[in-house]
Amino acid sequence: MTTLHDMTVAELAQALKARQVSAVETAQHFIARSQADMTSAGTGSFLALNPEATLAQAAASDARIANGTAQALEGVPLGHKDIFVTREFPTTAGSKMLDGYRSPFDATVVHKLASAGMVTVGKLNCDEFAMGSANENSAYGKVTNPWDAARVPGGSSGGSAAAVAARLVPAATGTDTGGSIRQPASFCGITGIKPTYGRASRYGMIAYASSLDQAGPMARSAEDCALLLSAMCGADIDRDSTSLDMPSEDFTASLNNSIEGLRIGIPKEFFGEGLAADVRAAVDGALREYEKLGAKLVPISLPRTELSIPVYYIIAPAEASSNLSRFDGVKFGHRAKDYTDLVDMYKKTRAEGFGNEVKRRIMTGAYVLSHGYYDAYYLQAQKIRRMIADDFQNAFKECDVIAGPVAPSVAWKFGENANDPVADYLADIFTLPASLAGLPGMSVPAGFGAQGMPVGLQLIGNYFKEAQLLNAAHRLQQATDFHLQKPVGV
Amino acid sequence: MSLTPQDIARIANLARLELKPEESERMLTQINGFFGIVEAMQAVDTTGITPMAHPVAAIQDITLRLRPDVASEPNQRDLNQQSAPAVERGLFLVPKVIE
Repeated sequence: MTTLHDMTVAELAQALKARQVSAVETAQHFIARSQADMTSAGTGSFLALNPEATLAQAAASDARIANGTAQALEGVPLGHKDIFVTREFPTTAGSKMLDGYRSPFDATVVHKLASAGMVTVGKLNCDEFAMGSANENSAYGKVTNPWDAARVPGGSSGGSAAAVAARLVPAATGTDTGGSIRQPASFCGITGIKPTYGRASRYGMIAYASSLDQAGPMARSAEDCALLLSAMCGADIDRDSTSLDMPSEDFTASLNNSIEGLRIGIPKEFFGEGLAADVRAAVDGALREYEKLGAKLVPISLPRTELSIPVYYIIAPAEASSNLSRFDGVKFGHRAKDYTDLVDMYKKTRAEGFGNEVKRRIMTGAYVLSHGYYDAYYLQAQKIRRMIADDFQNAFKECDVIAGPVAPSVAWKFGENANDPVADYLADIFTLPASLAGLPGMSVPAGFGAQGMPVGLQLIGNYFKEAQLLNAAHRLQQATDFHLQKPVGV
Repeated sequence: MSLTPQDIARIANLARLELKPEESERMLTQINGFFGIVEAMQAVDTTGITPMAHPVAAIQDITLRLRPDVASEPNQRDLNQQSAPAVERGLFLVPKVIE
């Protein structure tokens, strides 16, 4: 049998069901790997482990396998982005504000994956409150890219992407507000999908920008993402007011469908001068593979691609400034030690608890929502948001899926954008449009660029077409081996 | 359009954030840098466009649901207060607000 950490989710699920290995043995293996990564010069992916809780979950899985009640992913380990609240592990959202916080409940997504039999190894590092593109905004230290420790893993789900790429876990959860699943997946050479807004519950996912936040799986292959996504989606009517009243699907059912005649839209705005040559070469290579598989490339236009940057960076901070008002030092989290009165306590608590990027977004958000500016900024952004969504509907008249780069470059080196937050914002250009439109999007390994760094191909589908995206991604992975490559030393 | 140091002070107060002088200065430069890229948005003609809040509203009617007004959660006061900074007899403690 292959080493456990080299097995995919699908292979592990099968081996566990066939009792070639027990869930407890599997959990022990991944706990040991994760512990080694936490203590040595590791990736910094994990923020918390709880071996006792993990092994208890694994023992329960073994009992279900023994008595014939095993679920689809019984005994397969995973890590959760530290933005999902968990009863058995601390939850920090990468913020000092939530140092030591314990949730009284599990997020719906956490609960659903546990109900599918998955065993939680621990919690994964991320940008503070999911705000960032490089995982440099975590209060608990940086995460390094397993392909090159001098480079960022991407963000905000940087710990999730690095942990999967370093094979510390076979799969992880992530959240995507403006690209936070797709971009780190691309930077770390793994596969990740953000479903249609509203398909996965936001209950227990610490809110950043509520009209954009969406949960999704990150794993090595499209097949593994399909397995997890099937378990994660589904209506959560009483707990999430924006959850769509729509059942989940078996996203693995159509993985092997032919893509002969599939029309792939190529937005010209995604291939302009801002795109690095090495990324373009890899993306073009993947598109040629699609042509060999019988797909047709169709030129399309998404004319408001550039506008998505200001629109997103108005809407998301506006919603963040409202969502983060709950961190006031009263009901949970950090409270300043010295203060003169209630307002002073709020101000000092928030000054101490939040990092720079979070403060910047709160400030920007409070400003664009303030009296006299609301119409000019927030409302104007919400109107252009509809125009961007309409642009996609026009494009989908001519194509079935849209393909392009995930990011303009491969993972950059630490510190490159440190004093210029706008540089990070600009690098989100290709992921923001689908986020604003609420469309499903994914990153699929498409090859390697400069210095051997991974490049992801972004696939964007129409609403509820996750199965079609995963099918297209799976077919590419049957024809290429980019997703099977691993970093040196892993 | 540029923000002034007074704007920063006003918003910081609204957002209940205490900023050190050097932090305010940096914030002013960075936020003004950001508003440089917002200019492009101002030029877009959005006459007659309805603002979009729920993205799936692009293809179907989305109405916010209300659930029946019945208690569905058990009382978990102790659990809910386990991460509170200051609690006494089941109450959250804050600095005195009424003399």
